[in-house]
Amino acid sequence: MSSLSLALRDSSTMLRRNLLHARRYPSLTLNLLLTPVMLLLLFVYVFGDVMSAGIGGGGADRSAYIAYLVPGILLMTIGGTVVGTAVSVSNDMTEGIVARFRTMAIHRGSVLVGHVVGSVLQSVMSVVLVGAVAVAIGFRSKDAGPLEWLAAFGLLVLFATALTWIAVGMGLVSPNAEAASNNALPMILLPLLSSAFVPVDAMPGWFRPVAEYQPFTPAIETLRGLLLGTRIGHNGWLAVAWCVGLAVLGYAWSTSTFHRDGK
Amino acid sequence: MGSFVMLTTSRADGRQPSTATSAAISATNLRKSYGDKLVLDGIDLHIPAGSIFALLGPNGAGKTTAVKILSTLVSPDAASGDIRIAGHDLATDPQAVRAAIGVTGQFSAVDGLITGEENMLLMADLHHLSRREGRRTAARLLERFDLVDAAKKPASTYSGGMKRRLDIAMTLVGDPRIIFLDEPTTGLDPRSRHTMWGIIRELVTGGVTVFLTTQYLEEADELADRIAVLHNGRIAAEGTAAQLKRLVPGGHVRLRFTDPAAYRSAAMALPEAGRDDESLTLQLPSDGSQRELRSILDRLDSAGIEADELTVHTPDLDDVFFALTAQETAR
Repeated sequence: MSSLSLALRDSSTMLRRNLLHARRYPSLTLNLLLTPVMLLLLFVYVFGDVMSAGIGGGGADRSAYIAYLVPGILLMTIGGTVVGTAVSVSNDMTEGIVARFRTMAIHRGSVLVGHVVGSVLQSVMSVVLVGAVAVAIGFRSKDAGPLEWLAAFGLLVLFATALTWIAVGMGLVSPNAEAASNNALPMILLPLLSSAFVPVDAMPGWFRPVAEYQPFTPAIETLRGLLLGTRIGHNGWLAVAWCVGLAVLGYAWSTSTFHRDGK
Repeated sequence: MGSFVMLTTSRADGRQPSTATSAAISATNLRKSYGDKLVLDGIDLHIPAGSIFALLGPNGAGKTTAVKILSTLVSPDAASGDIRIAGHDLATDPQAVRAAIGVTGQFSAVDGLITGEENMLLMADLHHLSRREGRRTAARLLERFDLVDAAKKPASTYSGGMKRRLDIAMTLVGDPRIIFLDEPTTGLDPRSRHTMWGIIRELVTGGVTVFLTTQYLEEADELADRIAVLHNGRIAAEGTAAQLKRLVPGGHVRLRFTDPAAYRSAAMALPEAGRDDESLTLQLPSDGSQRELRSILDRLDSAGIEADELTVHTPDLDDVFFALTAQETAR
C-alpha cells in the first residue's frame, strides 16, 4: 500500500472513531452549542433594541441587528466547538489507546488528522444548527448568490480548520481535560472582543486594536460582506491570511508535540 | 540445555551466538536516562523466538522503560548498541518493528468510550483487514477471551480482568510474532491472574515470542523460559528459574521461640544465626540436609533449649531476588 493511501485509510479509520465518540456522547457537543444560541437570543430579544440603536447611525431596527449579529455568532460557534476538540484530544492522550496506536504500523499523523477532520465536520454541523436558529428568528441574507454562499462556506471550513489545529495543540500540551478547557478559553473570549456584537468604530479608541488585530474580526467582516453585501475590503485577505497562518502554526505545533518522545 | 548463568551484563568475550538471526529480540548495551536520572544502565538481551522471557524487578527498576524502548514508544540513548526486533533495526526501521509486535501496556490500552466489539473492529481496520475478515477475527477473539456477552457494552464499564483480556485480544488482531506484556497481571484478582497466565501460556504454543515484565517472582517462575532480574537499571542475573535458584546456595532453617530467655540462649548457642529480636526468630543458612539439621538440633539440645517451631526453607526466586538486590545495594 502506498504511503498516501495508507495515510488516507488510517485517517479515515481514526475519523470514524472520533465521530463514533461524538455520536455516542453528544452532550459535550450540544453543551458547547448552547452558548452561541443563548447569546444570539439574549442579544436579539433582550438587548436587541438598545444594540440596534448603535448600528448604522441609530436608524436600524431589531432585524438589522439580527443581520449584524449572526455572522459573528456563527464564527463564535466554531470557537466553542473547538474547545470541545481541545478537551477530547487531551482526554484521548491520557488514555492508553493512543500509546497502542503509536506502537502500531499505522500512518503516524492519522490520530491527529482524525481529530481535526472530525472536529471540522462537527463545527460545520454546529454552524448549520445555529444558522437554522438564526433563520428561524428572522435572519435573511441579502443578495447572496451561489458564489457568495460557496465562499462563505469555504471561509467557515477554513476558519474551523485553523482553530481546530490550534485547539489540537492546546489539547496535546494540557495534562488533563480541565487544563485543556482553560487553555482553549481564548477561542470563546476572542469573539466577545471582536466586531461580533458591536462595530469596531463604536469601541473606545484604546480598545480598538484588541478587536482589530485578531482573527475573529476580519473573518466576521468577510462573512458579513458575503452574506449581507457589506464592504469586505482588505478583510477578505486578512481573514484568509489569519486562517492559513493559524492552521500552519497549529499543525506544526501539534505534530511536533505529538511526535515527541513519550515518557 | 547448558547450565551457564550470566551473573552480570558484561560479556566475557565478543561472543555473538550463531543463532543471532533466530533471536526475536536482541539488544546490546541498551541505555536510557531522563535528564541525569539513569534508568537503564546498559542491558543486553537475547531472546529466542517462541519463548517467554520475563524481566523481573521492583517498581522503578526500569522495566516499563525497557518495554517502551523495545516497542518504539521511546528512543534509547545514542550510546546504546544495536537493537533488533524480529530482525529489524529499531533505529532505522521502526515501522517494520511495529508491524511485527503487539503491545499490552501496564495501563489498559482500550478505548473506553466505545464497545469491546468496536475496539476490536478498530484494530482490524488499522491492520487493514477486509471488512469480512475483520468481523471474523473480532468475533473469534471475543469468543476466545470470553468477552462475547460484554461485546456490545462500552469498554469503560468492564472489570479490570475483562479490560486486560480485551487489551490482549486487541493486541492479537494483527497476529503479532512478538508480544510485549508490561505487568499483565498487576491489579488483577487471583482468579483473573490465573486466567491471564493460561492466556499467556497459550500464546507461545503458536510460536509467538512473549516479553513479559512482572514484579511477581511467582509469575516469572510460573511462565518464563528465561528470567532476567533487573535492578538499578542493570541485569543483576539472568537464566532459567532453576539456574537462578542455584545462585542462592541452599536455603535456611528458621527457629521460632515464644520464651525470650530461650531465644537469647539459642542465639548464643548458634552465633552464626541471623536474629530477629522482634519475632524471636533465628535464621540459619542451610541446605536443609539431614546432617545439617541434626547438627543444629544437637547444638540446641546440648544447650538445653527447645525451639517452639522449626521450619526448613528451600530457596525460591524471592531469595534469589533479595540476595541479588542486597548485593547490588551494598556495593
